Amino acid sequence: MSKATLVPTSIVHDGEAMINVNHLTKKFGDFAAVDDISFDVKKGEVFGLLGPNGAGKSTTLRILSTLARPTQGTATIGGYDIVQQDNEVRKLVGIVSEKMIMYDRLTAKENLWFFGSLFDIPADTLNQRIDELLELVQLMKWKNSLVGTFSTGMRQRMNVIRALLNMPQVLFLDEPTLGLDPQSSVEIREFVKKLNRERGATIIVTTHTMVDADILCDRIGIIDHGKVVALDTSANLKRLVSGGNGTVLKLDVPNLTPALVESVRAVGSVSSVSQEDSTHLKVIASGDDAFDNVVDAVRTSGGRIASMENVQPTLEDVFLHLTGHEVRDSADRKIPMERRRGFMGGGGRIR
Amino acid sequence: MMGTKSLLSHTFRIAWKDMVELYRNKFGLVLLIVMPLFMMGMIGFIYPSSASSGNNLPVGVVNLDTGYHNSTVASQTFVSTLQQINDKTSMFKLTTVTSVSALRSSIQAGDLEGGIIIPNNFTSSLLSGEQGSVTIMTDTSNPQVSATIETLLSAVFNEMSTAMAQQKVMELSPTVSAGGALAVVQPLKVETEGIIPGSSNYFEFVAPGIMAMTVMMSVMTGLPGAISQEKEVGTMDGMMVAPINRLSIILGKTLAQTARGLLQGVILMALAIVLFGVTIQGNIILVFGLLLLGVFSFVGLGIVLTSITSDQQTATMLMTTLMFPMMFLSGVFFPIQQMPWYMQDISKLLPLTYATDALRKVVVLGAGISDISTELTILVAFGIVMTAIAVPVFRRAMTR
Repeated sequence: MSKATLVPTSIVHDGEAMINVNHLTKKFGDFAAVDDISFDVKKGEVFGLLGPNGAGKSTTLRILSTLARPTQGTATIGGYDIVQQDNEVRKLVGIVSEKMIMYDRLTAKENLWFFGSLFDIPADTLNQRIDELLELVQLMKWKNSLVGTFSTGMRQRMNVIRALLNMPQVLFLDEPTLGLDPQSSVEIREFVKKLNRERGATIIVTTHTMVDADILCDRIGIIDHGKVVALDTSANLKRLVSGGNGTVLKLDVPNLTPALVESVRAVGSVSSVSQEDSTHLKVIASGDDAFDNVVDAVRTSGGRIASMENVQPTLEDVFLHLTGHEVRDSADRKIPMERRRGFMGGGGRIR
Repeated sequence: MMGTKSLLSHTFRIAWKDMVELYRNKFGLVLLIVMPLFMMGMIGFIYPSSASSGNNLPVGVVNLDTGYHNSTVASQTFVSTLQQINDKTSMFKLTTVTSVSALRSSIQAGDLEGGIIIPNNFTSSLLSGEQGSVTIMTDTSNPQVSATIETLLSAVFNEMSTAMAQQKVMELSPTVSAGGALAVVQPLKVETEGIIPGSSNYFEFVAPGIMAMTVMMSVMTGLPGAISQEKEVGTMDGMMVAPINRLSIILGKTLAQTARGLLQGVILMALAIVLFGVTIQGNIILVFGLLLLGVFSFVGLGIVLTSITSDQQTATMLMTTLMFPMMFLSGVFFPIQQMPWYMQDISKLLPLTYATDALRKVVVLGAGISDISTELTILVAFGIVMTAIAVPVFRRAMTR
C-alpha cells in the first residue's frame, strides 16, 4: 500500500468537512426513509451510521454516492454537490454496497478490469492496481477464477476492492460484515481501518452490529426511523446512558427471587434492573455509593452474591436508552412488521 | 471530442462485458442458436416452398382465348388435356370461370383456391410458332394450398408442353425420334401471379419477416435480462457509480443485444437459404443493414419499457405481451393489406412493419436502397425518437 499510485489527491484540507449533509430527505411515497438528516464528516474520519434494518442507513449512502436522488435537502462531497455535480462526486467516491457488485460469469480480474475501465484509468496503472488490490485481500491465487465459484467471504472481499479501483477519497461501506463469519468480519474491519490509516480515506460505514461501530468508528451517528437521534464518539455516547457517572453492574446471584429483584429496583440510585437469566442481574446505577447500595440491597434480602463485575455500557445500551427499543442482533432476522408498527405509532413501512 | 471518445469506449466495454457473460452461459448460448432453428424449421416445414400432395382442390379456369382465324384449337386441346390428367389424379376440381375479375373475387371469397388464366393470344401464339403463356393465379395468403396448386399445375403444363413440343418436332421432321430429341423447346411458359404481388411462394413471403421478427424479439427479450437483472442483482450500481455518460450504458446494452440478435438473424438466413431454397435477390449487406436498423428502431422502446417496470419478471411479461400483437400486426405472417383498415392503421405505428416490408422487398424483389428509402427514413426516425425518450427515462429509473 505504499505505492505512489495509492496516494489520493485531496481538494479538502485535513480537519475540514469532506462530507456535508444538509437536511437530506428521501421519500418513497408517503414514507420518509431518510427524514431531514444533517451531519458533517471530517476528512480522514471514520463515521458510523448505526441503526436497525430499515432505519434509512442504506438509503443515505445511496443518495451520497449518487445512486439515488434526494427528495429534499442537499449534500456535498469534497465540495461537489451530489446532484448538480454528480460526475465529480463519482470520481471521489467508492461504494461497497450491501449487494455484491460483480458478475459471476467473469473472473476476478475481468470483473475488476471492467469496473476499473469505466473510470478511465490507464491500462498499465489499472493492471498494477488490480494486482495490488487482489494481493491486499489475498485473492491473487484466484485472479483468473470465475467469481461465481467464490465463497461469501471471498466475494465480500472482492466487493470491497471493487470500490477501491478508483482510489476513492471517500468510501461508503454498507453493512460490510453482513453475513460473514467472524474471521472474515475481523479481516474486513482490519482492512477498513488500514485504508483509513494508510490512505487517509474518509469512510462512512453503516452497520447494525455494535462491534463494527465500536471498533471502527471515530464518531457514530445513531439513526432510527430516518432520523439521526444522537451523534458522538462511542465513549461519549455511552456516557449518555446514565448521565455520565453511571455504573453498569452484573451480578451472579444463585438464589435469585422476584422479591430480591424488586428490592434492588427500589434502591434510590438504581435507574434500571434487568434480569438476564435465572441467576444474572444487570443493574444500572449512578452515584458514588451505587456499588455499596446495590450490594446492601441484595444482602439484606438474603441474596448470596457469587460474583459481581462492573461492566462498561455497550452501544446496545445506548441505543436502547435513546430509542426505547433494541437493535436486532442479527440482520438475517427482519424486524416483524407488527412490532415495528407499534414503535412507529401505527404507521408501518410498506416496502 | 474527448466525451465522444470515452462514450464510445465505455459503450464498447459494457457491450463486451455483456457478450463475455453471454458466451460463458453455455446453455443460454445453445438456446440462442436452437431458437432460430426451431423457428425457421417450423415455418419452413409447415409452409413448404414446394408441395407434393393435394386432393380435389377447387381451381377455376378462365379461357380468354380469342382464337386464330376463328379457331381456338390450342386452348381447347389444353383444357381437355388438363381435364384428362386431372381425371387420373383427381387433384383438382376444375370449374370454368368467365373472367379474370370473377376468378379473383372467387379466390378472395375463398370459393376457389386458385386459377388458370389462358390469355387471349394463346392459340395465335402457338399456331404462329411462338411460346404460349399461361398464368396461374393463387391465393398467396393460403400458402399450403397455393403451393400445391402451383406445383401440380406446373407439372401438368410441363407434361403437356413437352407433348406439344414433341408433336411439333414430329410434324417438322418425321424421321427424328421425338422422344430422344435434345432440343425440344417447350411451347408453354408458366407464369405465376399471386394476389399479393412480389412473392411466388409463402415461405419466401414469411422468411424475411421471420428474420426481422426474430432479431427484434431477441432484443426485446434480451433487454429485460440485460437491464432489469443487473438492477435487481445490484451490478447496475457498479456502472451507475462510475463517472460515465448514462447513454453509454444504454448503447453498450444495445450493442450487445444487437450482436446477439444479429447472430440469430444470420442463422435464420443461412437456414432459409440452405434448407428451404430461399434466394436473396437483393444486396446481402443491405439485408444486414436493415436488420441492424430494425434493432435500433426497437431498442429505445425496449429500454423505456424495461426502465419503467420494477423487476425482471414484470419486464419480461410486458415484453411478451407487446410482442404478440407486433408479430401479427406487422405483416410478418399475413399481408397487411388483408387486415381491416383499423388494424392496418395500428400496424403503421409499428417499426417491425417497416422493417419487415423493407426486408421483404430486398430479399424477394431485389430492391435497392432507393426503393426502400421511405421505410429506411421511418425506421431511423423511430429509432432516434425512442432513444431520445429512453435516455432520460432510464436515468430517472436508475436513480430512483
